[in-house]
Amino acid sequence: MEWMESLRNDFERTFIRDDRYKVFQTGFENTILITAVSLVVGLVFGILIAMIRYGFTQMKKKKAVTWYSKLFYWVYWVIDKILGLYVAVMRGVPLVVQLLIMAFVIMAGFPNKVIVCCIAMGLNSAAYVSEVVRGGINSVDAGQMEAGRSLGVGTVTTIVFIILPQAFKSALPALCNEGIAVLKETSVVGYIAVVDLTRASDLVRSRTMSAMMPLLFIAAVYFICVMILSWGVSILERRLKQGDRG
Amino acid sequence: MIEVKNLKKEFEGLQVLNGIDYKVEKGEKIVIIGPSGSGKSTFLRCLNLLEEPTGGEIWFDGVDITDPKNDINKMRQKMGMVFQHFNLFPHMTVLNNITFAPTHLKLQTKAEATENAMRLLKRIGLEDKANEYPNRLSGGQKQRIAIVRSLAMNPEVMLFDEPTSALDPEMVGEVLDLIRELAKEGMTMVIVTHEMGFAREVGTKVLFIDEGVIKEENTPKEFFEHPQNPRLKEFLSKVL
Repeated sequence: MEWMESLRNDFERTFIRDDRYKVFQTGFENTILITAVSLVVGLVFGILIAMIRYGFTQMKKKKAVTWYSKLFYWVYWVIDKILGLYVAVMRGVPLVVQLLIMAFVIMAGFPNKVIVCCIAMGLNSAAYVSEVVRGGINSVDAGQMEAGRSLGVGTVTTIVFIILPQAFKSALPALCNEGIAVLKETSVVGYIAVVDLTRASDLVRSRTMSAMMPLLFIAAVYFICVMILSWGVSILERRLKQGDRG
Repeated sequence: MIEVKNLKKEFEGLQVLNGIDYKVEKGEKIVIIGPSGSGKSTFLRCLNLLEEPTGGEIWFDGVDITDPKNDINKMRQKMGMVFQHFNLFPHMTVLNNITFAPTHLKLQTKAEATENAMRLLKRIGLEDKANEYPNRLSGGQKQRIAIVRSLAMNPEVMLFDEPTSALDPEMVGEVLDLIRELAKEGMTMVIVTHEMGFAREVGTKVLFIDEGVIKEENTPKEFFEHPQNPRLKEFLSKVL
């Protein structure tokens, strides 16, 4: 039973000695915190971007006649192009690079690196969420918009109460993927010396010179978190199903 | 009530409406027929600006609705529209489908709108479906609910865009019955349809649209018994 003894020893060195479990605890808290805030930031800005860009496609259909509607059109056109560029850049540059730029260029000197992570990851996620929601919006039948408008309801009200709820439902599986991706991508925040789960395992590993225990442990923690997240989404999905054929 | 002057509509190089002039008086029931691709649906959709005309004017209640200075939402509140594919809101119950517009536009309180909706549902015999979702209803039920959803706004005119074309044959009757009833009550209507018998029975005027213009306009009796336009004669010989 020599291997059991060594396993026990490994466990003791990884978690118990010098209160090393506290390192993992801090790491876990930061991982969850950054994931949660990034997701909220990503959802809020992502939905906003999708709405603004969808609004522009709706406006393009109408002919601008008066000078102020022409001006409005061009201002809107510029905003739409900027948002398009934003999405392209966020998707085209590696997240680690974005994180480093945020930490050492844009927000250089900002003391709280956890907040830097939340902002960098949230803004990155917003780009993906906006595309997912845009896809969801496009999947909603054009007749829904027409029905709302034909009743005399304005574009924005129709988007918020008719289009978005349906778009959200069809986008939910993809949004769940995005949530999972954000959770796992938080593992790069160690690059700017924020102690998340992955960084915690690094710290402990460099002390104990034993890799298996900390790495398998955090792998299990990530996996369980993802399971909980997708379980939560599946419950939400079931609740939104009530309008479906059945 | 609605006056259309030299209405033109072009879709990216394709001229769909080639200058239509027409006047709908209050209480009239205008039925529009024509081959597919003739522009009849486009004409109807232009009337409430779901399609933006590329030329001409549309006057409704003395206001030019093609003038961007006029609030189209206010105009649309007075023009009900019924679609071929119903376009009920699938994520809302039947009741909420009907009360959505009046409450969000603050025309009625939630209680008033609900009461009104229940009265309308009772009228079509579907009050027991108030809390169902649209996907649990038959096509005929959906279309009748779509009609009362428009009626909940107390419109002055109703536009019907092929209201029975997406229905199973056995459900066409119930929808036509409801439209017939509204007609009897004096509602002004513009109806695009392929139901010739219905056109003849309900219409006060029948229009034949082809190649983006009104080729013939007459009372139903004259229209069907003594068609003048050769294209209309050919069309009627195929569909009757």
